[in-house]
Amino acid sequence: MSSESAANAKRLSMIVTKGTLDWAYPPFILATTAAAMGVEVSMFFTFYGLGLLRRQLDLEVSPLGNPAMKMPMMGLHMAMPNLLAALPGADAAASAMMKRLIEKKGIASIAELRANAVEAEVRMIACQMTMDLFEYRQEELIDGVELGGAATFIESALASGINLFI
Amino acid sequence: MADRLLDVKGLNCPLPILKARKALQDVPAGGTLEVLATDPGTVRDFAAFCRTTGHALVEQGEAGGIFRFVIRRQG
Repeated sequence: MSSESAANAKRLSMIVTKGTLDWAYPPFILATTAAAMGVEVSMFFTFYGLGLLRRQLDLEVSPLGNPAMKMPMMGLHMAMPNLLAALPGADAAASAMMKRLIEKKGIASIAELRANAVEAEVRMIACQMTMDLFEYRQEELIDGVELGGAATFIESALASGINLFI
Repeated sequence: MADRLLDVKGLNCPLPILKARKALQDVPAGGTLEVLATDPGTVRDFAAFCRTTGHALVEQGEAGGIFRFVIRRQG
């Protein structure tokens, strides 16, 4: 192993682009676990991922156009037809069902994983351009978030053995 | 008898690892942490966690659906 790759080996950088309840899990699970394993972690939140840094999390999942979302129901796995998923309240119902399952199965909430990431000193960078685009103010985000752009991520990525786009 | 006992029965990935890492902070170097879990994924995950962090997985077993690990904190 070259000295460069040895230096990079214990760093993980990821771009977090999605903000729905289901897609919030992979980045926070990997960030907290990596940090627990002694890896230095940087998360760069852009576009819909930026919402995961808001103080008040109100995450939802949508069954619309998502045929892979088959929920366990009475021993079967059921997907909601698009015609029903398009009705008002379908997202709220699917989200409530997903949150009940998450709790029942002993899976951490996103708020819990995010608090763990903050405690583990995971570096969280909010995309400045997305802040402007969607009109977010920094005071709406949790404490400790840095603002940065693409160059900030690239610098972090160049120093990381693992780079993920989620 | 381990220095500390951590019960993560009923909890799912990644909570057993996150809680074990926290609990290990309260264990002196060379001391041991005993973990009880029900998530079958912990068998591979604690092995990987120990290989990566340098802590030693000194005991491992399963009885009645409960997985038991003893981790010695690296000195």
